[in-house]
Amino acid sequence: MFSRAYKTVVTVPPLLWVTVFLLVPYLLMFCYSFWSVSPQQVIVHSWNLENYKDLLRKAVYWQTLLRSMWIAARVMLFSLLLGYPLAYFLSFYAGKKKDLLYQLVIIPLWVSYLVRAYAWKTILGSDGVLNTLLQYVHLTQHPLDFLLYSPFAVVLTLTHIYTPFTFLPIYAALEHIPRNLVEASHDLGATPAQTFWKVIFPLSIPGVVAGATFAFVLSLGDFLAPLLLGGPSGIMISNIVVSLFGASYDWPLGAAISLAMLVIVVSLLLLSERLEKKWSFS
Amino acid sequence: MPFLNAVSSADAEDKQSNANPTLLSIRNVAKNFGRNTVLRNVSLEIAEGEFLTILGESGSGKTTLLRIIAGFETATSGELWMGERLDHQPPYRRRVNTVFQNYALFPHLTVEQNVGYGLRVAKRPGAEIAQRVADALDKVKMTAHAKSKPSKISGGQQQRVALARALVNRPRLLLLDEPLSALDANLRRQMQVELKSLQREVGIAFVFVTHDQEEAMVMSDRIALLRSGELEQVATPREIYNRPATAYVAQFIGHTNLLQAEARGGVVRIGMPHCEPLAWPASLPDGPVLFSLRPEHIRLADAVTSGSSTDDKTVRVRGRVLHQAFHGATELIRVQCPDELVLVVRMASAGGVSNGMHQEIELEFSAADAVLVRESPERS
Repeated sequence: MFSRAYKTVVTVPPLLWVTVFLLVPYLLMFCYSFWSVSPQQVIVHSWNLENYKDLLRKAVYWQTLLRSMWIAARVMLFSLLLGYPLAYFLSFYAGKKKDLLYQLVIIPLWVSYLVRAYAWKTILGSDGVLNTLLQYVHLTQHPLDFLLYSPFAVVLTLTHIYTPFTFLPIYAALEHIPRNLVEASHDLGATPAQTFWKVIFPLSIPGVVAGATFAFVLSLGDFLAPLLLGGPSGIMISNIVVSLFGASYDWPLGAAISLAMLVIVVSLLLLSERLEKKWSFS
Repeated sequence: MPFLNAVSSADAEDKQSNANPTLLSIRNVAKNFGRNTVLRNVSLEIAEGEFLTILGESGSGKTTLLRIIAGFETATSGELWMGERLDHQPPYRRRVNTVFQNYALFPHLTVEQNVGYGLRVAKRPGAEIAQRVADALDKVKMTAHAKSKPSKISGGQQQRVALARALVNRPRLLLLDEPLSALDANLRRQMQVELKSLQREVGIAFVFVTHDQEEAMVMSDRIALLRSGELEQVATPREIYNRPATAYVAQFIGHTNLLQAEARGGVVRIGMPHCEPLAWPASLPDGPVLFSLRPEHIRLADAVTSGSSTDDKTVRVRGRVLHQAFHGATELIRVQCPDELVLVVRMASAGGVSNGMHQEIELEFSAADAVLVRESPERS
C-alpha cells in the first residue's frame, strides 16, 4: 500500500531513537552491573555477580528498597482513596461543572514538580504554615517535628503529586460505563450502593489497576521528594542510586540496583496488563 | 356493508377484553427539559395484563414517557398511580421492570448472573434464585447459553436474556423500549410473535414503545399514539385504523386519502366539483370538514353501473393512473383526479389495472367508508 521509501522514512527514525537512547543505555547498564570498581577508583571489566550479592547482603540496600516499596504502596493506596471518589463524583454527579472540575484536577500537572515539593516544605516545616497554625490555636506547644523530613512527608507529597495520575485512568474507565447499565441495575431493584458495588466498581477495575500502577511505579522511582522532604529516615532507593552514580562513584553497584528496580517495575507492568485484560469487557 | 359490520363486532370484542382493573394510571403528566416541552398533559390508564403500545415518531416523547414510568426521569407535573403513588418511589422500589433498547446486559456477568441479578439484590435464597433463573432461561430458550458472557451471544439472544432478566422478577408491569429495533426484519417478525405469546402466557401488563406502526398493530391490545408530546388517540388497533380520530392518526397508521369537504344542512360536498352533494349519515355542524378514506375502500367503478346514477351514497370520480407500486398481494395506485386531487387506491394485484400507466379509469367508493376526522392542530 505504501512505497518502500515511505515505510523506511517513517520507521527508521523511531527505531534509531529507541536503539540509541534506550536499548544501548540499558545494554551498557547491564554490562556495568557485572563489573567492579578497583581501590584506585577505576572501573574494572571483571564480570562477576558481586554487585547483586551486595544488594542482598548489605542491609542498607535491601532495606531501603523495601522501604521504597512500602512508601510507594502507601502512595498508591492513598491516591486510590482520593482519586477514586473524585473520579466517581466527577463522572456521575458533577453535571455541568464536570469540565471545569476536570480542568482543576489537571492543572496541577502543569505546575513544576519542584514547586509543589517546595510548597509542602513550607507547609510542613517547623516554622511552616501548619506548625504555626497548630501553635496559634494551642493544639501543640512545640512544633511537630515528624511533619517534615520523614517518610510521612514523602508519602504526603507523592500522594499529592501522583493522585491526578491515578484519577485520570479511573475517570476514563468510569466515563466508559454505559449509563443504561446503571439504570438497568436500579430498574432491577438494586439500591445505589448495590449498584456501585455490583456494576460500577467491577467495570471500573481496569482504570483502578492502571491508576494504581501509575502511582506505585512513579513513586517507587522518585528521588526528589525524599531528597527535599524525606530526611535520613525518608531516604528511598533512587537517592542511593543517584549517590552511587555521583559522589560514591560506584557505577557498577548503581547499575545493579537500577536493573533490579527495572525487573520489579516491568513485572508489575506485565501483571497490571493481565489484570486489566481480565477485567475489560468492551 | 358486511365488512364494516364484521369490524365493529371485533371492536366490541376488543373492548370487552380490556375490562380488567386499572394497573397504572398516568394523570396529567407533563415534562420539560429546560424550555423544551417534551410531554404535555398526558393521561392514560393501563389495565392489568394489557399489551399497550406507545406509538410515535422520534421526538414525540414516547421514550420520555416510558422513562418517567420506570423512574429514570421525573415528571415536571402530574402523577403516576399504581395502587399507591408511584412517582415518589425511586426506580429500585417500583415493581416495574424494563427491557432496554440496547438490552443493557451487564458485560461482566454471565447470562445466568444477568438474569439472577434482580433476585440477588433482593436477597432471595440461593436455591430459589437458581430455580427461577433456570425457569426463566428455559422460557426464552437460552438455557444452553447460561454460562456465556453477553458479548459472546447474538443480538436476538441478548434480547431474550434481557427479557428473562426483567420477567424473572415477576414485575406487575414490563416496559419495553423499542426492543426489536436493532434486529433484522425476519428475526424481528419472529420476535413480535414470540413476545406477544409470551405476554399472554405470563399475563403481565406490557408497555411497549415503538415508532413502527405495523409492529404496533400486530402486537397490541391498545395503541396510544403520541404526537409532539400529546396523546392523539388511544384505542385498539382495529379502532385506530378504522376510526382514526384525527388526520394525523389516519396518515400515521397505514395509508389514507384525506378529503376536504364542506358540510351544509346535513349535506356534504366533497372537494370534487364533479361530484353530487351527498346526504351524510351523521348530522354535521356546517363548515369545512375532513374525511379519511382508506385506499382499500376505493374500487374500480363497476362497468355495468358505470355512468348510470346509483344510490346517492356512492361517489364516483374519473382519473388518470400516475403511479403503480406492487406490494405482493395488493398494489397501490396513485390516481390523478380533477382539481389536483390525488387518490391512493389499493387493489388486488390480480384485478383491475394492469400496466395501466396514464390509463383513464373510473373509481367509486361508498360514502359510509369515509371517516370524519379532526384536523390535527400544528404543534411545535
